[in-house]
Amino acid sequence: MSDPAMSANTASVALTLTGRTLRLSRRNTEALLISLVLPIMLMLVFVYLFGGALQPGVGTSAYVTYVVPGVLLLCAAFGAALTAGAVSYDMTSGIIDRFRSMDVGGGWFLCSHVVASLARNIVSTTIVLGVALAIGFRPDTTPAHALAAAGVLIAFVLAVSWLSAVVGLIAKTPEAASSFTFVPMFLPYASSAFVPIETMPSWLRGFAEHQPVTPVIETLRGLLLGADVGNSPWLALAWSTGLLLLGVALSGVLFRRRAA
Amino acid sequence: MPSHSPAITAQGLTKRYGDHTVLNDLDLEVDAGSIYALLGPNGAGKTTTVRILATLTTPDSGRATVNGLDVAHQRKHLRRTISLTGQYAALDELQTGRENLGMIGALAGLNRAQARFRSGQLLDQLDLAKAADRQVVTYSGGMRRRLDLAAGLLRRPAVMFLDEPTTGLDPRSREQLWQVISEVAASGTTVLLTTQYLEEADRLADRVAIMDQGRKVVEGTPSELKQQVGGELLRLELADRDAFDLVRARAGKNAMGDASALVLKIPVTGAAPEIRSQMDVLDPDRTLIRHFALHRPDLDDVFFTFTGQPAKTAKELSHV
Ligand SMILES: Nc1ncnc2c1ncn2[C@@H]1O[C@H](COP(=O)(O)OP(=O)(O)OP(=O)(O)O)[C@@H](O)[C@H]1O
Ligand SMILES: [Mg+2]
Repeated sequence: MSDPAMSANTASVALTLTGRTLRLSRRNTEALLISLVLPIMLMLVFVYLFGGALQPGVGTSAYVTYVVPGVLLLCAAFGAALTAGAVSYDMTSGIIDRFRSMDVGGGWFLCSHVVASLARNIVSTTIVLGVALAIGFRPDTTPAHALAAAGVLIAFVLAVSWLSAVVGLIAKTPEAASSFTFVPMFLPYASSAFVPIETMPSWLRGFAEHQPVTPVIETLRGLLLGADVGNSPWLALAWSTGLLLLGVALSGVLFRRRAA
Repeated sequence: MPSHSPAITAQGLTKRYGDHTVLNDLDLEVDAGSIYALLGPNGAGKTTTVRILATLTTPDSGRATVNGLDVAHQRKHLRRTISLTGQYAALDELQTGRENLGMIGALAGLNRAQARFRSGQLLDQLDLAKAADRQVVTYSGGMRRRLDLAAGLLRRPAVMFLDEPTTGLDPRSREQLWQVISEVAASGTTVLLTTQYLEEADRLADRVAIMDQGRKVVEGTPSELKQQVGGELLRLELADRDAFDLVRARAGKNAMGDASALVLKIPVTGAAPEIRSQMDVLDPDRTLIRHFALHRPDLDDVFFTFTGQPAKTAKELSHV
């Protein structure tokens, strides 16, 4: 008396899995709080503790304005990296076996985590931006520029989320996967996010100038503060697209390998 | 209703990890509508077998079919006819019981109304109705196991795989699950389960295969297996280790001994004169044997007979 073989259509699988990861993200209050509180704390530390020392002679408001794009990026990078822990958790708990035995594709499974990451980031970035405005961030932008900035940031979040999903597939434990958040957290420091690259030692300068975070920062800063962006947006998009494709390709291979 | 076409077949399944052969030339045949138990200690290869049959792992050699579909070449089709309840609960802790079932139902292709109806039915049947709207974090081990089983039943699979469904549960929860599993099989679903509990296989299964180190050691109905051990077992408790060694030497090859418990079991027919003379031969001075009992062989004894290792190992490990 078993039902005739049936299976869910693709749209329903995608919706169901995304609903799941969004719901889990919403209920995982600790991770949610950390991903909100941490960037805000960092911003306050930068502005009030280091602000004067880093940029002597510049008022608080001016430094806030300089540092906000960096904090937004840090926030996004950290939030996206949480994807690694979430994917790893599912891979090491029995749930992935159940999904696979039900013929739920690995692609949709990973996608659902990336979508949840994007949603988390949109919320946290908005809140961080709100706090920044409250403590003196004064953007100089147009709606079109602000949208473009959001687009570049989203592309970056997508790339980092997908690469984090790859880390989640490789890691043996969720704890190991979570420690990966260190990498995207570190990259912004070695960029123009908090201090101008000219002030760095020359060996670091080379890296800072050519790593993916720098063009993203320069784009955000330019678009939000009304400065010239040069080719930064294109460079940023190229980096994000490249990393995204790399992430998707790697995850495809790894998921199949892991599934053998 | 058990018919006699096989729901599961396997020939020569072999699986290696590095140079460790975890499945070694395994053959299986499971009748449709029956309950089949794979019984074995930790590392016997039970989970590996289940994962191969549920298309999650590919064997290095050998072939297998489930519902007539090949595990290697007809995965997509096959997956629509089975359900797998793995060794570790596959549930989202932060979703409620009902939400978990709703999600699995949707992934299984039920529409919203069907999923809601079927979830409600299963939550009632598995005694989870009251907890249905609590997050799974708050569930006990037994409740999780039952919810996991419900998730596997949402779509009424033709073949259901249950990997150690009752390990770690208290006797009451275990009894409850046994009840449900029997009902599932009675409704026509073929059940392949793995267990480390001899009692569980005896209680539920139409046929049992004992596995040890990747091989099927022996297979049969629980009563066939018990018959192979002999009619009755004479169970002797010895006074001390010296007594144990002495009596074991006198009893010869047929005796099964557990030195740490100072217990020896000897196959006998059960006839009174035979027992008397056995005892006289083994303990002429009447100082070595403290206590004796006759009992029908249980699966512990079967395990010992066929693997040469005390069934106790399997049991002890299962309680860690
Ligand atoms: N992915 C893997 N890589 C390496 N070795 C593995 C892997 N999976 C299983 N094994 C090994 O294969 C052997 C059999 O494992 P399996 O999980 O099938 O046993 P089991 O009978 O289910 O045991 P248990 O009762 O502990 O669940 C074990 O020795 C295990 O260490
Ligand atoms: Mg196992």
